[in-house]
Amino acid sequence: MPASAALDSLTQACGEKLGAVRWKNDRRVYVPVAPAHVREAVGHLVGRGGRLATIAGVDTRNGVELLYFVMFPQEQRIITVRTMVQKPLPQMASLAGDLPAANWAEREIQDLLGVTFTDHPDPRRLIMADAWPEGTYPYRRDFDMGPYLRPYEPKADRPPAGQGPKAGSDQEGGRSV
Amino acid sequence: MKTVVVPLGPFHPLLEEAEYFKLQVEDETVVDIDMRIGYMHRGIEKLSESKTWDQVPFLVERICGICSTSHPFAYVNAVEDLAGVEIPERAKYIRSIIQELERIHSHLLWVGLAGHFMGYDTVFMWGWRYREPVLDLFELISGNRNHYAMMKVGGVRRDIREQDYAQILSTLDEVRAGTELFLGAVMDDPVLHARTKGVGVLTEEDARAYGTVGPTVRGSNIADDIRRDDPHAAYDLVDWNVCTWETGDVFAKAAVRLLEIIESARIVEQCVKAMRPGPIETDVQNIPRGEGVGHTEAPRGEVFHYVRSDGANRPVRHKVRAPSLVNIPSYKATCVGEHIADAALITAAVDPCYCCTERMAVIERGTDKTILDGRDLIQLSRKKTHDIRDGLGKIPPIERLGEELRHR
Repeated sequence: MPASAALDSLTQACGEKLGAVRWKNDRRVYVPVAPAHVREAVGHLVGRGGRLATIAGVDTRNGVELLYFVMFPQEQRIITVRTMVQKPLPQMASLAGDLPAANWAEREIQDLLGVTFTDHPDPRRLIMADAWPEGTYPYRRDFDMGPYLRPYEPKADRPPAGQGPKAGSDQEGGRSV
Repeated sequence: MKTVVVPLGPFHPLLEEAEYFKLQVEDETVVDIDMRIGYMHRGIEKLSESKTWDQVPFLVERICGICSTSHPFAYVNAVEDLAGVEIPERAKYIRSIIQELERIHSHLLWVGLAGHFMGYDTVFMWGWRYREPVLDLFELISGNRNHYAMMKVGGVRRDIREQDYAQILSTLDEVRAGTELFLGAVMDDPVLHARTKGVGVLTEEDARAYGTVGPTVRGSNIADDIRRDDPHAAYDLVDWNVCTWETGDVFAKAAVRLLEIIESARIVEQCVKAMRPGPIETDVQNIPRGEGVGHTEAPRGEVFHYVRSDGANRPVRHKVRAPSLVNIPSYKATCVGEHIADAALITAAVDPCYCCTERMAVIERGTDKTILDGRDLIQLSRKKTHDIRDGLGKIPPIERLGEELRHR
């Protein structure tokens, strides 16, 4: 296991609040944290020179998983703080108050995965249109794509013999509207 | 004082991203800015979950039309991180060549448009004139001027033929000579200094707080560059420097981009010379269960991809973060307190998309309504340049650029 000053300081500061650290490889570290401690953990990493690259949300069977990717240029490493927020009403404390970098990332997840970020300074919609129905989140697994999918319509490029326009006429291949 | 609301955007056919900016203007000073995105949300992350691992690069290549290779590049990095794939050396070089050539043409596009905004159409013409041979190179290498479809999990789809090396190197010489001339003109031009120095300053603290990336952050004296900070492809095999500038203003961002063109040309040149014949891909049979993070330095900054696999033939989740998503919020720090005539330039300095600025309208609260559209705002910006130039009483160096280039 390679040395990581950032991870060491996180372990010192948060200690028992962290789950089992997983080294995917030298440059990718995953640290599971309970939702209540994410703010502290991510805040600590950013304070140690990390840059919050983005937050990813993943809808799973157990809840919505949130991954906070903190990039450490000097260590050539990404430390990912991961947590699971429970459905049906996933909630997470917002980081955007202290960290502008989290602002849009959280609003994106709020729109697409329906995680409520409490105490967000600007919780308006960012991605989805204002007319989008409340309580439907397109990146959830149970989102019904049905109404948004258009059935396949084969192009009538060759109408049956005797019907349709004559060959060579400019209507050939056109579709009736 | 009366506050005027200037809505910028959201739609224009040429937008790479549609955004909506609401500028609040008092007198002629921007006092607040509010932003809204999502107008062009195409659900590509969702769509990606229905494509196989090998199809996704074609899909994500279409996220951006200018820096089209950055997204597949970040994606293949993510999948290779997931599956622990090591790619052959020749593929590494080819990936870097494609990415750096793309940076050159994207930055030249920016230089041209920034010149146009300031009323220097000579710069526009010559910037794009030098961009053209780079696009020809892409046609030579991949068959396409854009959307090269070179990236593939495990390597690259297409080799660079040895007989094309000569044209790549000669084009680089041509572009470099032009850029050096640009750089000289930019560094000497008093009008350009008056328009860009001290305008739209993004301080080091703000740049860090907003998590900005790319030339935006490097213009604020922070040497963040994914090519160096997370070496991939051939970036640790060649010699190059991270370009930074100290001042954080529009001038700094322009200078960083021009310097990067020269640096990119250096990288491509070294790659072409160091490349040895060999395989261009490793066979990747299947993608195991797991997750991977991949990122790369696109012309506008870090492109970030996260993929998760359940062992099937397609991703269960594919998260994409483009650089503009973190760069655009920094307008809050750069535009406020600035002159409205500079707003178009400051927003353009981040290189999000210029076209939104072409659809601006001023709606004045109160009785007398003034309608300003994007053209008027560009006019305002151009007039400011001309006023400065007229006060100067001589032809600034950048206007002589056309003459100099023509005599070459």
